[in-house]
Amino acid sequence: MRPVPVSAARKGLCSCHVCHLVSRREQLSAVAHCPRCGAYLHFRKPASVARCWSLLIAAYILYIPANLLTMMETGSLFSYRKDTIMSGVVHLWNTGSWGIALVVFIASITIPLLKLISLTLLLISVQRRSTWHPRQRTRLYRLVELVGRWSMLDIYVVTLLAALVQLGSLATVKAGPAAVAFGAVVVLTMFASMQFDPRLIWDPLQKESTP
Amino acid sequence: MTDMPQKPELSEIPDAVSEPRRRYAIQLVWIIPIVAALIGLSIAVKSYLDRGETITITFKTGEGMEAGKTKIKYKDVQIGEVKGLAIARDRSHVVVTAEMTKDARGLLVKDTRFYVVRARITGGNVSGLSTLIGGSYIGVDAGTSAESRDDFLGLETPPAVSLDVPGRQFVLHADDVGSLDTSAPVFYRRIQVGHVIGTELDGDGKGVTVRIFIRAPFDKYVKTDSVFWHASGVDLTLNASGIKINTESMVSILLGGIAFQNPQERQEAPPARPNTVFPLFPTKDVALKHAETAETYTLVFKESVRGLAVGAPVDLRGVTVGEVAKIDVALNAQNSDVSIPVEVQFYPERLRALSRDKARRVQPLDSQRLLDALVAHGFRAEIKSGSLVTGQLFVALDFFPKAPQASIDWNASPPRFPTVPGSMGELQKQLMHIVQRFEKVPIEQLGGDARKSLQSLDATLKSAEKLLKNVDQSVVPEARSAIVEARKSLEDVRSTLVDVRKTLGDARTTLGGANKALSSEAPLQLDLRDTLREMSRAAQSLRVLGDYLEQHPESLIRGKQEDKP
Repeated sequence: MRPVPVSAARKGLCSCHVCHLVSRREQLSAVAHCPRCGAYLHFRKPASVARCWSLLIAAYILYIPANLLTMMETGSLFSYRKDTIMSGVVHLWNTGSWGIALVVFIASITIPLLKLISLTLLLISVQRRSTWHPRQRTRLYRLVELVGRWSMLDIYVVTLLAALVQLGSLATVKAGPAAVAFGAVVVLTMFASMQFDPRLIWDPLQKESTP
Repeated sequence: MTDMPQKPELSEIPDAVSEPRRRYAIQLVWIIPIVAALIGLSIAVKSYLDRGETITITFKTGEGMEAGKTKIKYKDVQIGEVKGLAIARDRSHVVVTAEMTKDARGLLVKDTRFYVVRARITGGNVSGLSTLIGGSYIGVDAGTSAESRDDFLGLETPPAVSLDVPGRQFVLHADDVGSLDTSAPVFYRRIQVGHVIGTELDGDGKGVTVRIFIRAPFDKYVKTDSVFWHASGVDLTLNASGIKINTESMVSILLGGIAFQNPQERQEAPPARPNTVFPLFPTKDVALKHAETAETYTLVFKESVRGLAVGAPVDLRGVTVGEVAKIDVALNAQNSDVSIPVEVQFYPERLRALSRDKARRVQPLDSQRLLDALVAHGFRAEIKSGSLVTGQLFVALDFFPKAPQASIDWNASPPRFPTVPGSMGELQKQLMHIVQRFEKVPIEQLGGDARKSLQSLDATLKSAEKLLKNVDQSVVPEARSAIVEARKSLEDVRSTLVDVRKTLGDARTTLGGANKALSSEAPLQLDLRDTLREMSRAAQSLRVLGDYLEQHPESLIRGKQEDKP
């Protein structure tokens, strides 16, 4: 393992979040301001872990109704059905639209869940000051950030259909309460991943290398 | 890192502006999960509160039902949804798991009934057509019980009687179900007042039970003494007044039906209690007959009852007062005799009507005393022939003052009514007498006498023939000579006649000459005419001469003078 470069924080250097000016912080106990733009200075995102946890827990809570409640109500002259995400996937699969079923399954069920689990893993590992595969964990974080917005696919479909298919008693599509919950889950996980400071992954290594 | 200036550049990094640390309050970001938890909790609480009961309904078949799609409706309002369909462990039926809404909680009681509403087209009605488009659903007939319950036995067909329709059910017993089916109409005075809700074979297989439902305003007309009969089809009667066709309605012709009526001339009977059992009669006549109180009597006949059938009338001088119910044969081993006990149903009310005392209700004891008195006066039963052609017999009641003394045996069960040998028996007896008398006649002796008579007749005929021959011999020759003479005289007459004819011919020629002379063309006639004309001319000349002489008398002397110019 190659030697870990000394981090700026260890040298008392701090970057401004707003104007990105690097400045020196002497008194660690005091609140520091950027000498150029006057913004608050932090070595790391403040309360990153706590905020990330709070958003993550909220997302976990909302993930349950998002999957149990009705996502979409489709009514036509002959039938009326209420679909949760999973029943919709099953319906698509049974009616032969395997590709769409797979896309919906991955975008709406797997990815949010993977995001939640990944963030949980990252947070736990950071809190435990783990030095386990920091590079892999950073890659995981990048993936979470990248993929986050794509899980809104389901919401897009429902909102588009609900807006377009309004043919009175012939056919109607209505968004169910799960749509709101699901949207909230996606937004909360995106915020959580934003709140997470990936530098925290590397901090334990620093401590270890320089006792 | 290599390009990076070392220490001196580091010192160029500006110092951050520091100020004393403020006390940090609790992280506001924790509000988010709290809010999320509150939302989640509220959803959970709401769904828990909204959660209706989950019930199971057992059906014979899952036809038309789909999990998550089939609704449960009460009065066309959705109160639940089928969540699952499963086949029972013994594979005999289908267990439907349904989730009911909160509102339906009061409906899930012991006597609530569930049934599948499908499009149904039967003879009488068409129902559930909307399910052709919307799919079948499970209907609910709300119960009234207070005891709640969560597993139900579903009905395959909608209940014939909804629990919220007021009315009463009654039970009818019949020999056969006829053409009745569920929902066949029930008529009272030709108004449809109810319908059949079910027919089933009795447990012992000896009859059928028909359950009927009479709607509320009409159920009070079902009295304890009401009579019910099959109103199925057409009642066609042919009698002296012509053909009579009687039917309740077109529907009952096609579907069959039941009608009921309360017997007339009765005191008001109390309304019947629900589920009262009534007999169901095949026709109105039978029903009304059975409505009367019947008393059973036994009539013991010695003679043949061939032609007497069960149902044959018991007749009192032409009025039917009962009917034959049963015909038996009783063998008496002691005196090797056969007697035929005939059980008859006797309607004493018809007799009472005859006795012009309709108001008074005859007590059984009174009727016994009355009958005893009648029998003492010779009131008897006999078998009579209704039709000589078909040999139909009936039982006639009448007075036979000469009948031997008898009385009603009230101790026997049923009471034994005295009989007299029927007129048919009497007739047979008399015929036998006649035959016996014929047998006594000495037919051979009579035959011998007849032969003797024939012989003497033969002799008489022979002498007659002889007489005729004598006549021929003595009389005929004389007659012949007389005839020859007669012919001769006739010839003389004929010659005389020829002479006469000749004379007449001469006379005719004479007359012809006279006739010729007298005819206009005859010469004599012409001459005479000419002569007469000459004479008239001569007379004319004489007149002219006379006139001239009168004017010229001198001409006699001088002659005729010349005319002067």
